[in-house]
Amino acid sequence: MARSSDPARSTPPGSTPGTLLSPADVARVVDRMAHQLIERYARAGGVGDDDVDPGGGRGDGTAGLSDLVLVGIPTRGAPLARRLAARIEAFTGVAVDVGTADITLYRDDLRLRGVRALEPTVLPDGGIDDRLVVLVDDVLFSGRSVRAALDALRDLGRPRSVQLAVLVDRGHRELPIRADFVGKNVPTSRAQQVRVHLTEVDGVDEVLVTEEGNR
Amino acid sequence: MKRHLLEAADLDRDDATLVLDTAAQIDQALAGREVKKLPTLRGRTVVNLFYEDSTRTRISFELAAKRLSADVINFSAKGSSVSKGESLKDTALTLEAMGADGVVVRHSASGAPHRLAHWVRGSVVNAGDGTHEHPTQALLDAYTIRQRLGRLDGVRVTIVGDVLHSRVARSNVGLLHTLGAQVTLVAPPTLLPVGVGSWPAEVGYDLDAALPKSDVVMMLRVQAERMNASFFPSAREYSRRYGLDARRMAALPDEAIVMHPGPMNRGMEIAAEVADSVRSTIVEQVANGVSTRMAVLYLLLGGSPQ
Repeated sequence: MARSSDPARSTPPGSTPGTLLSPADVARVVDRMAHQLIERYARAGGVGDDDVDPGGGRGDGTAGLSDLVLVGIPTRGAPLARRLAARIEAFTGVAVDVGTADITLYRDDLRLRGVRALEPTVLPDGGIDDRLVVLVDDVLFSGRSVRAALDALRDLGRPRSVQLAVLVDRGHRELPIRADFVGKNVPTSRAQQVRVHLTEVDGVDEVLVTEEGNR
Repeated sequence: MKRHLLEAADLDRDDATLVLDTAAQIDQALAGREVKKLPTLRGRTVVNLFYEDSTRTRISFELAAKRLSADVINFSAKGSSVSKGESLKDTALTLEAMGADGVVVRHSASGAPHRLAHWVRGSVVNAGDGTHEHPTQALLDAYTIRQRLGRLDGVRVTIVGDVLHSRVARSNVGLLHTLGAQVTLVAPPTLLPVGVGSWPAEVGYDLDAALPKSDVVMMLRVQAERMNASFFPSAREYSRRYGLDARRMAALPDEAIVMHPGPMNRGMEIAAEVADSVRSTIVEQVANGVSTRMAVLYLLLGGSPQ
């Protein structure tokens, strides 16, 4: 079984099909990602250590968080972004803005896979201009969804910076894209499938590895 | 979805709902954006083939295709080889040779888009053929109703006026019925087509009786070019019996809306004060036309070519 009591520890290569994260693991991983986001954005504004401290004399170190916008990529990135925002608020008391950006109309595989129904695109009032955007998605695989999301963001506004948070990084990138916040790294074979289920969409929190071939 | 959109009957309830949902998402995604452009149809070619005059439909399709980054070629019969006697088929084969992915066609002959669909590989979208159908108008009307009233199922829609010559009415009756609305046609007997009894709609001749039971009133254009064909005694009499003025509008339920596909004859089928009232959706209909047509083009051309 690939189930792990410590979600931070990677499963060994050639992961066995089965449950990768239990409901409790998912909650723990989301909490840890929320803490990482707080650490990065409350202190340094998320743009790097040499950046000007956006906390600028406020002393409580939460000023950068008010510039943060968590933008979820539908379907499951959207509830994930809302959860991260809720956890950040629980830990710091700062309400972080949340949005969703549907990337379907920006995908480069529509001709291969056909059209599909669209999902909502909702941005906080005031947009994302000059904000610190963190894209949130469930699984990072080829990187093509993230590329499409970056294209969509370019049309939606001009954020000060964009970073990427994913619940699961399963490798096999096809583009020069990496995540800044990773809930769990999972070595997989291309033939395997990683499925993230979230209560809001699927009625249960879990991450599964199956042998069904590529998405 | 079928490959072509030739008539309202090409859309079953799921397809029609998908078009409306897609249009709503596109609307929401583009609202308040500086860059109102999406890369979805980059590298695709859409030909607007207009054998009949049109302002809003042609501009609306052109804008919809451009907002999806398609290359757009506008063809109007005037100033083309059609005036030298080229047939529809030869024009179609020319477009085919140039590699059109989508052809939006308006023609004065009912059925021309059906013929065209057999000659080209791309998707054909009917933008109005004769007195037959105008499916994207029906889609944008349904979208407008849903946007204003929040639903289509069980909504009572009264369509008033020249049903006989109206492709808008024909498409709306079909699509609104598919989507669960109850349609009533109100017109002088001379302006109702033969066989209207077999349409999925009630038929009446008394506008005043229909208004209190209407959530939506859709006024059709009285086609001035047919005014002297003795379909009715005089413009004044038509206006008195079938025109929508402020007095009649007051008989509508509180939430009811007034629609018109345009162009309007103010003072004829619709009074100016009605056209400019808060109940009127005429300007919204035009705006919704662009997003609805974007949805149609995306769903027909976005995927893999069959």
